[in-house]
Amino acid sequence: MPNDNGRFGQYGGRFVPETVMPALIELEANYRRLKEDAAFQSEVDFYLNEYAGRPTKLYYAAKLSQHYGRGKIYLKREDLLHTGAHKINNAIGQALLARQMGKKRIVAETGAGQHGVACATVAALFGLQCSVFMGAEDMERQALNVFRMRLLGTEVVPVTSGSGTLKDATSEAIRYWVTHIQDTHYIIGSVVGPHPYPMLVRDFQAVIGQEVAAQIAAAGEKLNYLVACIGGGSNAMGIFYQFRDDLSVTKLGVEAAGKGLQTGEHAASLTNGKPGVLHGALSYLRQDSEGQVIPAYSISAGLDYPGVGPEHSYFKDTGRVTYTAVTDEEALAAFARLARLEGIIPALESAHALAYLETLMPQTKPDEVIVVCLSGRGDKDVQMVAQVMGGLAG
Amino acid sequence: MNIAEKFRTLSATGRKGLIIYLTAGFPDYSTTLQAVKAVESAGADLVEIGLPFSDPMADGPIIQHAATQALAAGATVGKALELVTLLKQETTIPLAIMTYYNIVLQFGIDKFAGSFAKAGITGLIIPDLPVEETAVVEPACRQAGLDLIKFIAPTTTPDRLQTICRQAAGFLYCISSTGVTGVRQIDYDQLAPLMTAVRGETGLPLAMGFGIGSPAAACQAAKYADAVIVGSAVMERLTNSGVEAVREFTSAIRQALDKECGC
Repeated sequence: MPNDNGRFGQYGGRFVPETVMPALIELEANYRRLKEDAAFQSEVDFYLNEYAGRPTKLYYAAKLSQHYGRGKIYLKREDLLHTGAHKINNAIGQALLARQMGKKRIVAETGAGQHGVACATVAALFGLQCSVFMGAEDMERQALNVFRMRLLGTEVVPVTSGSGTLKDATSEAIRYWVTHIQDTHYIIGSVVGPHPYPMLVRDFQAVIGQEVAAQIAAAGEKLNYLVACIGGGSNAMGIFYQFRDDLSVTKLGVEAAGKGLQTGEHAASLTNGKPGVLHGALSYLRQDSEGQVIPAYSISAGLDYPGVGPEHSYFKDTGRVTYTAVTDEEALAAFARLARLEGIIPALESAHALAYLETLMPQTKPDEVIVVCLSGRGDKDVQMVAQVMGGLAG
Repeated sequence: MNIAEKFRTLSATGRKGLIIYLTAGFPDYSTTLQAVKAVESAGADLVEIGLPFSDPMADGPIIQHAATQALAAGATVGKALELVTLLKQETTIPLAIMTYYNIVLQFGIDKFAGSFAKAGITGLIIPDLPVEETAVVEPACRQAGLDLIKFIAPTTTPDRLQTICRQAAGFLYCISSTGVTGVRQIDYDQLAPLMTAVRGETGLPLAMGFGIGSPAAACQAAKYADAVIVGSAVMERLTNSGVEAVREFTSAIRQALDKECGC
């Protein structure tokens, strides 16, 4: 998977202007060659291990487990990586790919800023020019990450069109890429976009699940549940992929229900959307009856994307993964809960996965093992959360 | 008159074709109707009716703005269909629909092709549907008698060129530069080798678009193509000055193509 046309079942594909097609074909050919190239793979591994800080810990959250009184909850600590989130796995892989292809410039989109910071970081590391497109609203919500990117020498371009969030930043990044296609590589930040991106981002993130499998085995445990948040879905795909055919592991993807699914202000494309085409791929999408894309909403800038990776759509239809959604309020409660119980401040994105434990844990058997992907750390969100729940945190 | 007939007529009289793009429902449908009439009277040969999409990946700021405004004013596919029906009563100019794939997909591919063909459309242009993805739309277009227009870009490789030309119908939409729609300076002479290569693969008419913002630029492009496509420059005039400005601009391009190009 995917097939030659980049399809996962009916999902995926390459719905892009002709200008971009040769670049996608070149990218796929280079990627398929380098995937089999031991020298390239060991270079990726070198930077993942020596620079980014892999493997990340699989931490047994004793107090969180105790809080629910049943089951053993482990946290896959992607938040401990350099730059603070799983995004660096993909950024390193794609930057090295870009360098192998002789590209001098990289362009990226970012929502919460974590992917933007990861790209700015690898651009500095590998001496590439970098432009990051970011919604104007997100730049306000994530001012600290904007500063980080600029400090790293990246140009941050505000996007005011549409809803001024991740969807529009992605559109602008694609437009920039189309214009500078000859010398620029577009580092898509999630398992979305036209083929081969969903496949190659998945492959660069699959290390998360591979490590979980080894770490669970080393701990002498048997895994029962995997829980991860889903915006575009890269950390979830990264942790699920290793276990895609293992039916003994229940995989749960948690989307952002925002202010509530019934309010229409949410980002739950799998739970509450239907198949459509956005940013080059056919996948579940929030759209109206005419096919116009409905801007997504979530308190987490990293989740408010109206689409989702096409392989997740395939997993949904085939029942391999169960998708669900939690509200802003539930995510905020989980954010505070992990901080108080474990001394770990999670990213608001990851807090959505943690929030689902409220539903999941009462259903688990006492000795079952749950791994939650802690996709990133919450430093970037602290200021905004303080504004929303200052009283609670104080 | 369909696209092939139109180009045969142009070829017989030794003239270059002029294709004008207009966003349906911007700022309202009545204006679109007037604008189509205006460009017809000013000598346009084909009008691309753009159905707005919320995320127009191939378009620059001017056309994106028009799409956003049209949608905010309540533009729908159904209303565009009514507009086309009216246009066929009040004009004789051939019409093509330009829109993004999701709009067609959600309306229903067969229903979309059938309804617009019945209303009098002769071609369908979908900029985010490369030749690899046309298999689902092609049969519906063939059934309805619509030409599904294919694109050639400066980045198109020789093997792709062959595939695209083999599947092409109506005319080939030759993109003059990498990037999105919008007026810019282009060295059209640089495109000569590409256009020669395209002519080596197909006998279909070649229309060049993207970036053409003046009568002089239209003439430059027409040296290598059978027709030119003008969108953003027209929409800019419609946005800032109204239908009369569109008529004058179209007329200026028409005259330049007829006289200065020596065609």
